[in-house]
Amino acid sequence: MVDVALIDHVFILAAILFCLGLVGVLVRRNIIFMLISMEIMLNAAGLAFIAAGSAWGQPDGQVMFLAVVTLGAAEVAVALGLTLLLFRRYQSVDVDNLKELRG
Amino acid sequence: MQDTFFLVIFYVTAAVAVLSTLLMISRLNAVHGLLYLIVSSLSLAIIFYLLGAPFAAALEVIIYAGAIMILFVFVVMMLNMGHKGVEQERQWLKPGGWIGPGLLALVLFAVFVPALSGGLVSTGPRLVSAKAVGIALFGPYLLVVELASFLLLAGLIGAYHIARPPEITGDDSDSLTSARHHDDIAIEPLQGAG
Repeated sequence: MVDVALIDHVFILAAILFCLGLVGVLVRRNIIFMLISMEIMLNAAGLAFIAAGSAWGQPDGQVMFLAVVTLGAAEVAVALGLTLLLFRRYQSVDVDNLKELRG
Repeated sequence: MQDTFFLVIFYVTAAVAVLSTLLMISRLNAVHGLLYLIVSSLSLAIIFYLLGAPFAAALEVIIYAGAIMILFVFVVMMLNMGHKGVEQERQWLKPGGWIGPGLLALVLFAVFVPALSGGLVSTGPRLVSAKAVGIALFGPYLLVVELASFLLLAGLIGAYHIARPPEITGDDSDSLTSARHHDDIAIEPLQGAG
């Protein structure tokens, strides 16, 4: 039994997790940690979808969660390939190496 | 009585999720951060289960704590420097690295076993079964399935092209720009290794 107050708390939890992931992306300069923080943000978005679907008793939230998971998997595959490329060129996973466009 | 039990399980799991995420973004070692990410994914899976979405909970464990984690671990392993490997591995086996995620996972386990044996959500009216999800997925949301397959194919080809080993890329390029681009990629690791 899921009542309305609990759904509110689930949304607050999703917001907290999203903000933690955003802080991780903004604070860390290690690209591995930035990618993990983006996974946390995608997880928080998926939690909000699941909570909304559970509040209405509809499967649409879980369908959207599947889409979010697919997006996260494709994103992390390409981004880890880019991480390998970054490490091959600079022998480091620090994204501050990629500031040539700053001029 | 049942309701308070449910709420206690939910809030403990939510606290574990926030705590493990907070510890994850503040780790210095990538493997320690990955351990906390596993705990965070597991706690989110329990919350999905409590919300009446057992199919999404299973997917969360399989895909996040399984597949995506393996991708991260493989890349962290590939980025490892060879001469520091043994020393680093010795440091990973010290309890400082895994005792935190282990304790948090133990808390999750202690909370989840009574939730499973109590049958908390199995009779709830809000339970959305995997059958309903499948009917929705291959009915009105068929386009989402097609888009997901395109996205995964694009991700597969993109990751393969981007992370290709440099010794393969130098040979079969005939246009000038791609040859220059490949040289940039191919020469750097040789200089670093030599």
